[in-house]
Amino acid sequence: MTTTTTTAAPRASYTRPTGVVADVVTVFTREMRPLARDPFQVVFSMIQPLFFLALFAPLLPDGAFPGGVSALQWFVPGIVAMSCLMGTSMVGSNLLLEMQTGSHERLLVAPVRRSALLLGRAAKEIVPMLAQSAIIIAAVTPFSFELHLPGVLVGLAIMAVFAVGMASLSYVLALAAEGRDWMFWAVQQTFLFPVLLLAGMLLPVDDGPAWLRTLSALNPLTYVVDAERALFAGTWPAGTILAGVAAAAGVALVGLGVGIRAMRRQD
Amino acid sequence: MTTPIIETQSLTKTFRVKKKTVEAVRSLDLRVEPGELVAFLGPNGAGKSTTLRMLTTLLPPTSGTARVAGYDVGRHQAEVRRHIGYVGQGNGAGHLQRGRDELLNQGRAYGMTAADTRARADVLIDGLDLGGVVDRTVSTLSGGQRRRLDITLGMIHAPELLFLDEPSTGLDPQNRAHLQEQIVGLHRAGTTIVLTTHYLDEADAMAQRVVVVDHGAIIADDTSEHLKGGLGVRVTLGFATAADAEAARGQVDAAGSTEAPVVTVQDGAPALVVRHRDGTTWAADAVRRLEAAGLVVTGLEVVRPTLDDVFLSLTGRSLREAGATDAGATTEEVAA
Ligand SMILES: Nc1ncnc2c1ncn2[C@@H]1O[C@H](COP(=O)(O)OP(=O)(O)OP(=O)(O)O)[C@@H](O)[C@H]1O
Ligand SMILES: [Mg+2]
Repeated sequence: MTTTTTTAAPRASYTRPTGVVADVVTVFTREMRPLARDPFQVVFSMIQPLFFLALFAPLLPDGAFPGGVSALQWFVPGIVAMSCLMGTSMVGSNLLLEMQTGSHERLLVAPVRRSALLLGRAAKEIVPMLAQSAIIIAAVTPFSFELHLPGVLVGLAIMAVFAVGMASLSYVLALAAEGRDWMFWAVQQTFLFPVLLLAGMLLPVDDGPAWLRTLSALNPLTYVVDAERALFAGTWPAGTILAGVAAAAGVALVGLGVGIRAMRRQD
Repeated sequence: MTTPIIETQSLTKTFRVKKKTVEAVRSLDLRVEPGELVAFLGPNGAGKSTTLRMLTTLLPPTSGTARVAGYDVGRHQAEVRRHIGYVGQGNGAGHLQRGRDELLNQGRAYGMTAADTRARADVLIDGLDLGGVVDRTVSTLSGGQRRRLDITLGMIHAPELLFLDEPSTGLDPQNRAHLQEQIVGLHRAGTTIVLTTHYLDEADAMAQRVVVVDHGAIIADDTSEHLKGGLGVRVTLGFATAADAEAARGQVDAAGSTEAPVVTVQDGAPALVVRHRDGTTWAADAVRRLEAAGLVVTGLEVVRPTLDDVFLSLTGRSLREAGATDAGATTEEVAA
């Protein structure tokens, strides 16, 4: 009773309105903090892709791949895409936790734009995606993977756009599944592997049956992976790259559009 | 007349759950002036949180209107949000975050500079005794530590209007006292505060004005002095025999009692029960009188009115009959 610490702070101009960019940075920074405190967590969603790299890639015969590249050269872009898809598709579970415990509610009352709550979160997913890709590339470069840096950098830029879209879709799923974790995981798991396999991530689908090739052609990830393969091999086929950019941008636009709407409807 | 900082007209919220309609808030008319400290008091499910969630833009009202800090909660959400602070019933601090990181981020969200936020965070961390735990991951904190962190998050930007939904849940007595100091300190500095609680003594210790809510409607709106004063303190005098108790009834001074003395049996012993405005003084005086009259008082109990008493007198039902679980249930839910 005697040691009253007064909390009476002068009410300064704390309420200056902030722009949408400042809001996005606020949300991005908040999302980055746990990662910065414990960078090791980027490895968590990489465990499966790393197993595929270590235990599946050695089974692939060299010389059997389009363009005559080594098996590893062909396989690594797929693993980068897999790692990206696995990481970004599960980020909605963080939002589920925050909705359940109450911190999302606090952010909804704070003067932060709804759009920023989605944009900041989705943008942050680029960081672990790049870190994971760097780890994979560093791991394979001593072997039969040739590092074509300009191609890899452009490839990762396309992948970053795709990551923003996928993360947004994962948040949409979390918002739709609010309170029902099982539903989030059921949908995420149901989509994950078909999308990966149909994109020709493990094996080329070019020689598959017609129905499978049709499904593959409908999968945006197919175009992203094709572009990655070309770029990682140091080649620049304009059509393939443009298709990859368009597919990634399409996923990002749809993800952000639906995601921002879903976040605005939160009440 | 000043402009009210909160003004609602027929504010109503109904939920539909499995084809049944739940009337969570019914036609609430409330007016809070700047600088007031108001406690919403009511049993579980009374509609306290739902009211706060509408006032803080989290829930759209089913009908009726609410203006907060001069802005309509439906049409000018961004303005309302800029003027208020809110500590919800859940955990404001993200479980994967560190406490201090959340404080810094919260300040940023309200447009404070990093230096201002840091300085203010230090004051609050000190005031709510969080120094030892604020740099830990939130999920590793105890329920009460997390609750105190939530409260600092709501206070970091020194809002002109602060909503606290059951701020004391899960706090031990010492931390309850710290919380009261913080709330009273903010109130002195001019902050308008609206809090919810299940405990009359807590409302009593902090709030000038107590709004009793039941089934989504306001059933009383008064100072806690008046609410309690009307009831009086319950004094129970124990006696060896029923005859003694009956004799004592003739001896005591019934003037000033809010409920006339009655003879009853309490804990298996004959007793005389009185409610009196000034119960403690009355009890001491009664014991003296009775001893002088040769009647031996074998037991004495003086109980201040609780929410249960206020509620019983207002509704004719006790809180338990109201279908409410005890307050402990909520504590566990939040701490879980
Ligand atoms: N989202 C919701 N959907 C359906 N019903 C709801 C919802 N939120 C609240 N209710 C119902 O509305 C009523 C009022 O709930 P509210 O949370 O406002 O009570 P409260 O006074 O805060 O209770 P407590 O003391 O337990 O926190 C309850 O009957 C509750 O079941
Ligand atoms: Mg409540």
